[in-house]
Amino acid sequence: MIQNQKKDAVVQKLEAQAKELRKTILTMIHEAKSGHPGGSLSAADIMAVLYFEELQIRPQDPHWEERDRFVLSKGHVCPVLYSCLALRGYFPMDVVKTLRKEGSMLQGHPDMKRCPGVDISTGSLGQGLSTAVGMALAGKRDDRKYRVFCLVGDGESQEGQIWEAVQTAVKYQLDNLVIIVDNNGLQNDNTCEVVMPLGDLAVKFEAFGCAVQRIDGHSIPEIRAAFGFAREHRGGKPHCIVAKTVKGKGVSFMEHVVAWHGTPPNDEQYGAAIQEIEGGV
Amino acid sequence: MDAIQGLPTRDAYGKAIVALGEKNRNVYVVDCDIGKSCKTGEFMQSFPQQYVNVGIAEQNGCGLAAGLATCGKIPFVTTYAVFGSMRMLEQIRQEVCYPNLNVKIACSHGGFTPANDGASHQGIEDLGVLRTIPNMTVIAPADYHSAYALVKAAGADHYGPVYLRFTRDAVPFIYSEDDTFEIGKAKVLSNGSDITIISNGDILSRCVAAKDRLVESGISVRLLDMHTIKPIDKEAVLDSIATTKGIITVEDHNIINGLGSAVSEIVAEVGGCRVSRIGIQDQFGESAPYERLLEKNFITVENIVETAIRMLK
Repeated sequence: MIQNQKKDAVVQKLEAQAKELRKTILTMIHEAKSGHPGGSLSAADIMAVLYFEELQIRPQDPHWEERDRFVLSKGHVCPVLYSCLALRGYFPMDVVKTLRKEGSMLQGHPDMKRCPGVDISTGSLGQGLSTAVGMALAGKRDDRKYRVFCLVGDGESQEGQIWEAVQTAVKYQLDNLVIIVDNNGLQNDNTCEVVMPLGDLAVKFEAFGCAVQRIDGHSIPEIRAAFGFAREHRGGKPHCIVAKTVKGKGVSFMEHVVAWHGTPPNDEQYGAAIQEIEGGV
Repeated sequence: MDAIQGLPTRDAYGKAIVALGEKNRNVYVVDCDIGKSCKTGEFMQSFPQQYVNVGIAEQNGCGLAAGLATCGKIPFVTTYAVFGSMRMLEQIRQEVCYPNLNVKIACSHGGFTPANDGASHQGIEDLGVLRTIPNMTVIAPADYHSAYALVKAAGADHYGPVYLRFTRDAVPFIYSEDDTFEIGKAKVLSNGSDITIISNGDILSRCVAAKDRLVESGISVRLLDMHTIKPIDKEAVLDSIATTKGIITVEDHNIINGLGSAVSEIVAEVGGCRVSRIGIQDQFGESAPYERLLEKNFITVENIVETAIRMLK
């Protein structure tokens, strides 16, 4: 009973963090007048659990050698990453208002040389997972305990290089690698189904040799359980968590709408979105 | 008299990478299924823990190398020039050069040297393509000894992305194993006052022959090995402008954006002499003997000699 209450408290705290992330995401994109809200919002719950519970990191020591690595392969949703880094104290909160502005550490896509806490620069889709495989391989070869987490978009997995990377992770038995697929079903031009049908991504990753879990990517308990499984069960296979998500999640008028892939909210929309998030869903 | 006149530069890579790997356990080789042709076999045997083979998946190999580099490794992604410069070009740009990671792209079969393989395998654009990317250093060694030394320099002393072009066939020794090489510093093979010849890679030995003929006919030749095409040794080019009456560039590379272009960029800005460029005439090769491919593009000792005489008239 006490344990359950404790668990609930953790879940509540993470849900609150996810709300903060969503607000920060919209604030920075609104301020920048450009950026990608839809996919940032769909990944917010996953990122909340990662950055406020799962990742072994030291915000005061971003290059700590034993840290868990995080690769945002779908680099365009960096507002969610920057929000995590700011809220974890990698840099002051007011820096988020410099997104996409000249001289900012918060480039339009993540830049490891400018932004503390970014483990690899990304932005060109399909490439991040390969770098995550390299990090995981180095960890294995050096007998280090750290793990590598990589967030991949579903649309992104239309890139062939994703599958090249997966087959390499399987070959080298990188069970210290956790691939999370933000399966929100939409991409820039339309739904994935219309642009290029993906089939069942969980089946695909499984066929390649990953240990696959399917979860609701907005259920904090399910996300936590999936990360817990990946942490406890090594078994020589890379992990893949296919998280069913809603693009634009948390802001009703953005949910399931393709147009919010890369459009910033205007003042009115921003106000309404913040109000809705603060008021609870 | 030694029967062996020379060795391929790819063999030098195979040896140098073993020396590097032995000294520094962070030196890795990332192969893309053509390790046998690229001479990484000894490395694979000696250091299996520092060896990765991603199969026929160059783009992933490059990205994986970038990830390794963020963890302190010094990976040499190894493939053919045509794939190493173009199949994985965007990965090199995004994941290696943009974050300025310590990844080396080591490629055999540069230029026309995979002659009988045909145009698909002849990497004639590689040096030009790669020299346009910020942070990238581009090197094309001319013989076994310089290749060996430059691989070691790239892996041991130089932080940052480097593209190294090796070739398939045996090339004559130009240097001895005691010669020293510095990345970004041209090697002056001879000094002269009439004409400068600037070259690199397999073609340099032809320039040596051309220089000998010109000297026999009383022409004083300054001959440079511009093994590093980027950053190019500007001082060496400026000295050539100051001390000779013209510059001839000779390369096994498309005439656009290679060594001749790089030299011309400097000359165009400061003036003072003419440049004649000898190289591949913006056309693809075919399956044919290497010498024939060069002849069809006027990359011959005769043409170098005639060009020099013409320029001095």
